[in-house]
Amino acid sequence: MRAYLSVFRLRLMNGMQYRVAAYAGVATQFFWGFMYLMIFEAFYSSSTNIQPISFSQTVSYIWLQQSFLIFIMLWYRDGELFELITSGNIAYELCRPINLYGFWFSKLIAQRVSGAILRSVPILVIAFILPKPYRISLPPDITTLFIFIISLILGLFVVVSISMFIYISVFVTMSPVGSTLIFAVLGEFFAGLVIPIPFMPVWMQKIVYVLPFHLTCDMPFRIYSGHIPRNDALIGILVQIIWLAILIVLGQVSMKKVLKKVIVQGG
Amino acid sequence: MKLFLKYLKILLKSQLQYRTSFILLYLGQFFVPFSIFAGMYFMFQRFNNIAGWNFYEVMLCFGIIHISFSLSECFARGFDSFSNLIRTGNFDRILVRPRGTMIQVIGSRFEFTRIGRLLQSIIVLIWALTNISINFDLPKIIILILMIISGVFIFSGIFILAATLCFWTIQSLEIANILTHGGREMSQYPLGIYKKWVKNFFTFVVPFGCVNYYPLMYLLDKNNSNNILYIISPIFGILFIIPCLLVWRIGVGHYKSTGS
Repeated sequence: MRAYLSVFRLRLMNGMQYRVAAYAGVATQFFWGFMYLMIFEAFYSSSTNIQPISFSQTVSYIWLQQSFLIFIMLWYRDGELFELITSGNIAYELCRPINLYGFWFSKLIAQRVSGAILRSVPILVIAFILPKPYRISLPPDITTLFIFIISLILGLFVVVSISMFIYISVFVTMSPVGSTLIFAVLGEFFAGLVIPIPFMPVWMQKIVYVLPFHLTCDMPFRIYSGHIPRNDALIGILVQIIWLAILIVLGQVSMKKVLKKVIVQGG
Repeated sequence: MKLFLKYLKILLKSQLQYRTSFILLYLGQFFVPFSIFAGMYFMFQRFNNIAGWNFYEVMLCFGIIHISFSLSECFARGFDSFSNLIRTGNFDRILVRPRGTMIQVIGSRFEFTRIGRLLQSIIVLIWALTNISINFDLPKIIILILMIISGVFIFSGIFILAATLCFWTIQSLEIANILTHGGREMSQYPLGIYKKWVKNFFTFVVPFGCVNYYPLMYLLDKNNSNNILYIISPIFGILFIIPCLLVWRIGVGHYKSTGS
């Protein structure tokens, strides 16, 4: 465990070096955030139907989504790991006296955390002082905030354990681009990154709730805005833990399997 | 032109070397706009219309923008990875060859997989057209084609601008994505739904409005659509490429090699 923690610390410090890139990212995220808000605002003002999620809840959803984008994007990947596998340098990784799954897992988590810390703070600060309709609202009470943080962190673990499968699949396909693209597009749709899940029709929601993707961002964000009541939120956290256990066990097993057959590329 | 076709042939052959990856990427490119499309479809099931535009009208807009985006991504992809050329000093090699810099950068990459995306957008466009009653006459067809061309020119112009920035910054900047991917995402809805200042910016600075809004109002016979300025606005979009090319000229003149 200590080894994993120090991998995490090292990577975190490493990731913090890229500060300018992160600030450029903040500007981009703001543009996207505003664009989505204007689209939703136009939608809300052109229909009088009662919607399954209120506008201010949507605003919180969008800002959280923009500030924690790195936490939740399946698309965000570590080119270095792909490099390792396709270039054959994986041999060095295998020499380390450490479980490869755990090693990569902590590395990936650290990367996402460092990216998110640098971006989320400025975005959230500004989102709290924006003029009214675009301002992010506070969670209804302090317990909700607490539950939100727990489920956000669990969500991060779920995302990384899902993304581990992408890396494992590269051992087989040897080319990361095509498979990750399809995987990421579907995963992000099911995670509610294209449109928040409450806007989807009921039959679609049924599919979405069976899959683990919604646990990564849709659920934490709706807990924050109080859209998911507290009891359901606690059950949700339990579901997150169960899924996490399943995904990690499956990941470990399939990792062992591909490593048995691993072919070291090149020389 | 012959040179360009030759470039294309070589690039196609090289991309077909990795066949499985090529097909998967092709499929993936088909799915990317499809998920956005599905999202919009679900939104319209909830809301019916957005600022007076119904689903098929927005789909028309979506189709036009995505067709022009994927076309310009096919062609101008070389500019997207341009920072590599600069960083590695390979741009020197381009400068010493007896051909224009433009055509060589364009020819350096051509993404055939983007055709998957193009195909999807064309299907959406046709589907939208069959569901809207537009009484098509010759000028309207010409305008529709002009809209797509204008879109290609604007997106290419932005790609060129972003690449030109690399002459100064060496690294490519994520910020340029705001105008390329952000511009695409934004202009897949008619410009009229946004706030006034956004509308002004994307009419007078980056003329996306000339593709997805003013001529669209003419096509769909929306209010005061007979304004001649609305009809010929796609031409202004095409003109956007001129300042971009000028800036590119200045950039090339400013180029200092990084060495290798």
